[in-house]
Amino acid sequence: MSATTRDTLATFIHIGERTNVAGSARFKRLIQAGDYEAALAVAREQIENGAQIIDINMDEGLLDGEQAMTTFLRLVASEPAIARVPIMIDSSKWSVIEAGLKCVQGKAIVNSISLKEGEEPFLEMARTIRRYGAAVVVMAFDEQGQADTVERKVSICERAYDLLTQRAGFDPEDIIFDPNIFAVATGIAEHNDYALAFIEATWQIKERLPGTRVSGGVSNVSFSFRGNEPLREAIHAVFLYHAIAAGLDMAIVNAGQLAQYDEIDPELRDRIEDVILNRRADATERLLEIAERYRDAGATHREVDTAWRELPVRERLVHALVNGINDHIVQDAEEARLELGEPLQVIEGPLMDGMNVVGDLFGQGKMFLPQVVKSARVMKQAVAHLEPFMEAKRSDARGAGRVVMATVKGDVHDIGKNIVGVVLGCNGFDVIDLGVMVPAHEILDTAIEQDADMIGLSGLITPSLEEMCSVAGEMERRGMTLPLMIGGATTSKLHTAIKIDPCYTLGQAVYVPDASRAVGVASALVDPEQRAALAAEVKAEYREIAQRRAAGGGADRRVSLREARENRLRIDWTASPPPPAPPQLGVRAFADYDLGEIAPNIDWTPFFRTWELRGTFPTILDDPVVGPTARALHADAEAMLDRLVAERWVTARAVVGLWPAASVGDDIRVYADAARRVELATLHTLRQQLARDREHPNLALADFIAPLESGIPDHIGAFAVTAGHGERERAEAFDREHDDYNKILFTALCDRLAEAFAEHLHARVRRELWGYAPEEALTTTELIAERYDGIRPAPGYGCQPDHSEKRTLFALLAAPESAGIHLTESCAMTPGSSVSGLYFAHPQARYFGVGRIGSDQLEDYAARKGWTLEEARRWLSTLIDEPSARVSPPALAG
Amino acid sequence: MSDPTPGTREHSRERRIAALHAAAAERILVLDGAWGAQIQEHRLTEEQFRGERFRDHPVPLRGNNDILCLTRPELISELIGAYLEAGADIVSTNTFTSTAIAQADYGTEGVAAELNLAAARLARAAADAAAAADPTRPRWVAGSIGPTNRTLSMSADVNDPGARIVDFDQVCDAYREQVIALHDGGVDLFLVETIFDTLNAKAALKAILDLQDEGRAALPIWISGTVTDRSGRILSGQTVDAFWISVRHAEPFAVGLNCAFGAEQLRPFLAQLAGVADTLISAYPNAGLPNELGEYEEGPEEMSAQLREWAQSGLVNIVGGCCGTTPAHIRAIARAVSGVAPRPIPEVTPTLRLSGLEPFAAA
Repeated sequence: MSATTRDTLATFIHIGERTNVAGSARFKRLIQAGDYEAALAVAREQIENGAQIIDINMDEGLLDGEQAMTTFLRLVASEPAIARVPIMIDSSKWSVIEAGLKCVQGKAIVNSISLKEGEEPFLEMARTIRRYGAAVVVMAFDEQGQADTVERKVSICERAYDLLTQRAGFDPEDIIFDPNIFAVATGIAEHNDYALAFIEATWQIKERLPGTRVSGGVSNVSFSFRGNEPLREAIHAVFLYHAIAAGLDMAIVNAGQLAQYDEIDPELRDRIEDVILNRRADATERLLEIAERYRDAGATHREVDTAWRELPVRERLVHALVNGINDHIVQDAEEARLELGEPLQVIEGPLMDGMNVVGDLFGQGKMFLPQVVKSARVMKQAVAHLEPFMEAKRSDARGAGRVVMATVKGDVHDIGKNIVGVVLGCNGFDVIDLGVMVPAHEILDTAIEQDADMIGLSGLITPSLEEMCSVAGEMERRGMTLPLMIGGATTSKLHTAIKIDPCYTLGQAVYVPDASRAVGVASALVDPEQRAALAAEVKAEYREIAQRRAAGGGADRRVSLREARENRLRIDWTASPPPPAPPQLGVRAFADYDLGEIAPNIDWTPFFRTWELRGTFPTILDDPVVGPTARALHADAEAMLDRLVAERWVTARAVVGLWPAASVGDDIRVYADAARRVELATLHTLRQQLARDREHPNLALADFIAPLESGIPDHIGAFAVTAGHGERERAEAFDREHDDYNKILFTALCDRLAEAFAEHLHARVRRELWGYAPEEALTTTELIAERYDGIRPAPGYGCQPDHSEKRTLFALLAAPESAGIHLTESCAMTPGSSVSGLYFAHPQARYFGVGRIGSDQLEDYAARKGWTLEEARRWLSTLIDEPSARVSPPALAG
Repeated sequence: MSDPTPGTREHSRERRIAALHAAAAERILVLDGAWGAQIQEHRLTEEQFRGERFRDHPVPLRGNNDILCLTRPELISELIGAYLEAGADIVSTNTFTSTAIAQADYGTEGVAAELNLAAARLARAAADAAAAADPTRPRWVAGSIGPTNRTLSMSADVNDPGARIVDFDQVCDAYREQVIALHDGGVDLFLVETIFDTLNAKAALKAILDLQDEGRAALPIWISGTVTDRSGRILSGQTVDAFWISVRHAEPFAVGLNCAFGAEQLRPFLAQLAGVADTLISAYPNAGLPNELGEYEEGPEEMSAQLREWAQSGLVNIVGGCCGTTPAHIRAIARAVSGVAPRPIPEVTPTLRLSGLEPFAAA
């Protein structure tokens, strides 16, 4: 079986089946009643539930199929949320198919045509489909009828393939075969082999007809259990599990309801498996015997609040601002407006006075970020109240300067950017925040249209660094000279100096390490004189960094990839065998995890770091300088966390997978079965190339998995967790209340919850799901200190800095469907509060940093990934030597 | 339609098409500029639009630029000549609205075929004359196929999103009439342009592909979409890459973007298209964005400098101008891209690719 067919398991495509009058009684009723509005909602729902393509079928005796297809598809065209995805035009009537093809502007799939009426009609339909530019599903059906044996299924598909590619101009890639899924457990003995025949035929088709795809209508298989939906879903899950392993690329399924193979009660699953795989003669009876089980739900409520008030109104305002108290700000602002007469007087009087105090205290290091953000919230809410009373909106109030800020394309992380925005805002800057995943042209167009004084870019993941370079390059190309501020977790002075700075010679790129520093930099940049001085200083520093870097290439002595591999970690697998096999292989999803179980695992130290309060929890609470601020912040966070958990502000979802695995060189092969016959995917790992010695091997994650040739069975795990479902909506609600403080507090908490969830789940994996450390009992502190066997490295960071490995991971886990977590083009996870990674269980597995790699490994890795060198350079840009960067001229921006 | 020696004519077209492929591999080709602005310059009266032929036509014809191929052929020949003289390798026919659907606005739907035939012959004659004058430089005629003024993917009635003024077959039939006449009139390639609704374009492509199936000589197909908003989508909602996936079945000679924006605004979307399309890339933007009076102000120097930058960045194979451009623009553009290597056609991994408004690729 070829590499491509193997990988298909990792990339299964869900086709929504609910917009099918033959399959959905509800949809049929709606169409018959002419309630197209509600019928559209069905389509939308499926897409929200993860359908990547929607199947539309209007084959019903009493319906005018052509008319219904035309009407529905035209309405779909007017709904961008639906029209976004490709359409599968499904009908057994050619006239309905052609009517459908005349309504879709995108490239659709026709489902289906067949050789039922012979070659000529088949070719004619195929050519016509090609004229409309659609892909096609071919059913394994010929002049003799529908194929039910493996041999007939495969031979009909081969015949169709030859006709389509040789006589109808089809590319193999546009051909999808449907080798017929028939009902099993019907009581008729000759039907018993139907599911297995489909699986086997799938396997053979994928082998013999490269480039083509296999699809099927899954619900047929369980047709004899009509009325028992939970059982049917379990049967579908089991069937898909095996069919996907054989190479099934896509299936028409109810995207919202797919049960997880591993969530099925083992006894039930076993009996279903007997039926699907036709393992015993009495399989049907045995399944019927136990055919009843599962499901549940729940919710709670609670309230929290505080109060405060005194002093004359002007002082109250200043006090409220400096202390960040917003409880009565609207009343106070209103009282002040009535007293002073003019809303502008309130803003420019007591409110500005208060903010100036805040700015000064912050600048002197006497006030800390959490307090500043709270003060900003008071200011915003006061201004929001006053603005409607003002004659002309202060639309042109550019204050200290105007800053356009954005998280770059492909990245979704924005806590840091939001903080910087708030801090700049309360220092008088007019901040235009474009949000997350913003393409370069939008950032630059806005900066030009709004006549901004500077641009700020943020990003968290390494591919964002490349995107920042391209924004800088685009600024250069457009001849812009605006200063460019660079910030975010993976950005650095070094990167800015050697990668971004050379792309942008007309203006100056400046690295800004944190929010406290942002004000100083931004203020200097708006003042022409200071700007020149700052630019000169920065430019000189960056050039020096770049030169040092160029000259000091020898400082980190690197060995060749061959030598590094020679010096890999050689675990003595007999003396130190791999952990035992997990009790259950495959993928298991957790739909709505109890937040209360997760919350106690929160590691608070990084939470304080987000707020620029340095120190370790819990000692930070007693720190002589930041202690009081930290305590107040912690109290607010705990209070919000209580509500968040009790009121279920977010939904925690997760998926865990455990599979047999073996290392092959620096790669790790992942298998579906214990016999390691069905390969699911290959994980690629990177190896340290810094010169080391025998005591200090050159590590790659693959070293922690027993090699294939050793014959020693080993396993690997993977996970994706999120605490971010519902996060955006809640954050937007805070936005509407001009409440940056709670918004940032909340998003930072979600971020922490996701980490805590990952930690908690890892513990469950060790104790129970994999079960290699059933006796382990650690406290949260011990957990945070990682006093346990095994690691959970995340793609994109230290041990495997290639973010794109997440694609394989996500496909293996079906993370989008199982946990509702998606990847952007740069492999950032959405929702942002998500964590994913691999599980290695061997006691010698440990965290490390790959560090910089040589061009030999870059080429080797590119070949293994099937990448061009260019792609490899892009994804691994932070690991490689910069390819002869243009040297910037000494000219300075003025 | 009654060319005395169709065999010879078809043969010389075949040779020209072979030369077109060869030229495109070697250099960046230059298309002509706008028709509208040039015609407006002449401030023709209603009577001049009508000519003898339509003197008693019941509907005013002023503004129906395509009718001039019948009523003022010498003017059209002159304009084509001006673009050839300015250095255009490819000239387009004056048939942007020459479908029965678009001509219906003027009550001239009955002469649609005749318009295309006349326009193609005028352009053919002018191009042949230029090629004869300088045999080292072949010139080509692209049959301009506009989007029509009806849309297949959008409703004209806000209260009924499913309503359509035309259906696919009507649009396809109208295009069929147009492309047959253009083919008969001797064009070298079909230019399906200014696409704001991919479904309309697919109807045009089907009409063209049907001709091939019926045994007519296959001509290269050139497809050019129009991005109408800053988010990079065409009016019917597709992203540029989804658009490409939707038309790739026509195996076009070239695909590109034209109109709507000036070069500066068009660039990111052109770059996006150039990254995904495994065929030649064309671009013929407007002369900047229109000012308050609807005039295009970007001059030849400014525009050609931007197109040169595209060429140097390896983004384009064919360039030209759309609204607001003149022979002076084309002359400057031809000079600006002269000697710059054409964009190499990238290899794209074959896989099942589909599209709705957005692209979808099976991994």
